[in-house]
Amino acid sequence: MLTQIRRSIVLALFCLVFFGLLYPLVGTGVSQVLFKHQADGSITANGSTLIGQNWTSPKFFHGRPDDFGPYAGTGDNPLVANGKSGDSGATNLGPRSRKLETYTEELITYWHKMGVNPTPDLVTTSGSGLDPDITPADAHAEVPMVSKATGLSPKVLDQLVTRETNSAQFGFLGSDYIDVLQLNEALAKME
Amino acid sequence: MQFFWTLVALVVVLGLAWRFLGSYMAAVFEGRVHWLGWLERPVYAALGTSPEQEQSWKRYAGSLIVFSAVSILLTYLIIRTQGSLPLNPQHLGAVSPALSYNTAVSFVTNTNWQNYDGESTMTYMSQMAALTVQQFVSMAVGVAVAIALVRGFARRNSPTIGNFWVDITRCLLYIELPIAFVFGLIFVGQGAVQTLSGPVHIHDILNNMTQVIALGPVGFMEVIKELGTNGGGFFNANGAHPFENPTGLTNFISIVLLLCVGFSLTYTFGKMVGSIRQGVALLAAMVILFSAWVGFSSYSEHVGNPAVAAAGIKSQPTGNMEGKEARFGGTQSALYDIASTQTSTGSVDGSNDSYTAMGGFGLITGMMLGEVSPGGDGSGLYTILIYAIIAVFIGGLMIGRTPEYIRKKIQAKEVKLAGLGALVMPIIVLILAGIAVSVAEGRAGPLNGGPHGFTEILYALVSQANNNGSAFAGLTGNTQFYNVIGSIDMLVGRFGIMIPALALAGSLAKKGAVAESLGTFRTDNGMFVGLVIGVILIIGGLTFFPAVSLGPIVEQLIHSKFF
Repeated sequence: MLTQIRRSIVLALFCLVFFGLLYPLVGTGVSQVLFKHQADGSITANGSTLIGQNWTSPKFFHGRPDDFGPYAGTGDNPLVANGKSGDSGATNLGPRSRKLETYTEELITYWHKMGVNPTPDLVTTSGSGLDPDITPADAHAEVPMVSKATGLSPKVLDQLVTRETNSAQFGFLGSDYIDVLQLNEALAKME
Repeated sequence: MQFFWTLVALVVVLGLAWRFLGSYMAAVFEGRVHWLGWLERPVYAALGTSPEQEQSWKRYAGSLIVFSAVSILLTYLIIRTQGSLPLNPQHLGAVSPALSYNTAVSFVTNTNWQNYDGESTMTYMSQMAALTVQQFVSMAVGVAVAIALVRGFARRNSPTIGNFWVDITRCLLYIELPIAFVFGLIFVGQGAVQTLSGPVHIHDILNNMTQVIALGPVGFMEVIKELGTNGGGFFNANGAHPFENPTGLTNFISIVLLLCVGFSLTYTFGKMVGSIRQGVALLAAMVILFSAWVGFSSYSEHVGNPAVAAAGIKSQPTGNMEGKEARFGGTQSALYDIASTQTSTGSVDGSNDSYTAMGGFGLITGMMLGEVSPGGDGSGLYTILIYAIIAVFIGGLMIGRTPEYIRKKIQAKEVKLAGLGALVMPIIVLILAGIAVSVAEGRAGPLNGGPHGFTEILYALVSQANNNGSAFAGLTGNTQFYNVIGSIDMLVGRFGIMIPALALAGSLAKKGAVAESLGTFRTDNGMFVGLVIGVILIIGGLTFFPAVSLGPIVEQLIHSKFF
């Protein structure tokens, strides 16, 4: 018994030092040398390309409604309601949730007011609450709103969306997607 | 079409892993791999042991329990004192005693149930030195038990089943470390963060907004989270967070890492008992169950979300996107989440709670079958071997012969131990679920109303007993009540199966081999595969059908009603 306890403590401490400190610290060191930009969060001039933002102006394309409409600051957004705004997470509303139905209706009304006929992605929240991407179909759906606010023709905007579309990796891993921040940066350059 | 090619790629990669990782693991545990000998030998010296000092099953199990107890204590102490330890750029305080205990048990038992938001609760020190460490160690412990049970079949008249300390050291150094390090770099290259600096503050002039972005040593934790079938992520959103799982490629690699060790161990098993065909039979049972669940759940998610449809969205071509990320899409998210629930991992790349009723049914029932398709690292193999013993017992009853499996007589003692191993999990789940719905503290947990609320409670207890750790996360779990019953659930679900499995190993190792004859019941053909699948489905179905019918099944059947 005493031998077992002694061996347990020795092995637990070895693992603590080796896998708890050495492994992540060496990993951090190598990552910082090889992939500094990614390891630090893919931060660009206007934010991280991997973390979604809440775009409010109709002059820009909007992302998933993770943080606006009924899910904004107040109300029942679990990301905000528990006083930890900024934490990642989903709404966790079930498929037969009255609240989810109501919120979706509100979002449809919101989009209609902006002149957009919303796709499913534009009225549902993401798994992280920080989704940086939308699909090409979502972006095309938003073109009328951006066109009206910026005066750019729908044709030019549709071309921009197509240009900014990233195809699924190797053609099949994941979906085709558009990074909303990069799309809006390209849009700002056009104006 | 994209989904089709993803499946093709998965089959090819996992097929290669099965063959080569499987034989490599056999070589590691038979002591034929030495390339890290310079590191391995000093560890044995410090422990005062060596590969030649073998243990009886009781001593093996004793070492495992003492080591797990010490690990729980050490993990608890680090989390409790994290406020005074270094690597705490956010100046987070200590974690409460109940939550620290639940978390320590959770990571040591390979469950990784998380009653906390990672980015605002755990310091970098806790994430690395407490949680990542246990993600390595708990995988090694699971694999060690599986290997010990395989030795029970492989050996003749042996009083010992291996050396616990040697087995976990070998698993840690030769299997986990190299794979985790290589894929860790790939994850960071794709965009997973890996830094020790604190959160970064963003001011976007274009959008006129400010934002605080949490960072941390994430990428290298992420890979061992998946490889070790642990599932506890750095961030609250787990594999849905773009810093944990940034691209379609990392999503695919995650699925491969989740499944590779569980499937490959069937090759290791076949190789160590001297008949690859025996391993193929178990692999076939795993693959058939896994494929059925992937098909069912991906289809259910493809149909779309009823609440979104009721609100007026006519068609949902990308499937149910509530709680899913645009870069993965509906079906590839479902593939990840099914892989994660069927491997006792419990990481998620979407919100399980927002799955359709039948998609959620796929997730919860995958766990209810005891995590055998392919199950957690090691735990999947020893649990399916328990079911295989029950299958040969039932087969033996049908043809009126003493059952044999891998040339070992299966007698009363083995059948009793296998029965115990198969029933511990359903018993603890049903008792605790009964308690949780009977007391006010338990009923206070769910976020959603109606049958979905009950599913949240049931899911939590099934997930913890199976050491899975995924959640219908609407449940408020960080309460005294759920922290305490959760830790009981996890401990019983882990050690209540490991100890019978080791006892089986000891009892089988002592036996001599029986000669094969024409009357021997074959365990390497399609009939046996069918029998094993039948046993798994019948035990799972009989024990859980009443409970599931009150949750996801009734939720699916009531149309046009919202809660």
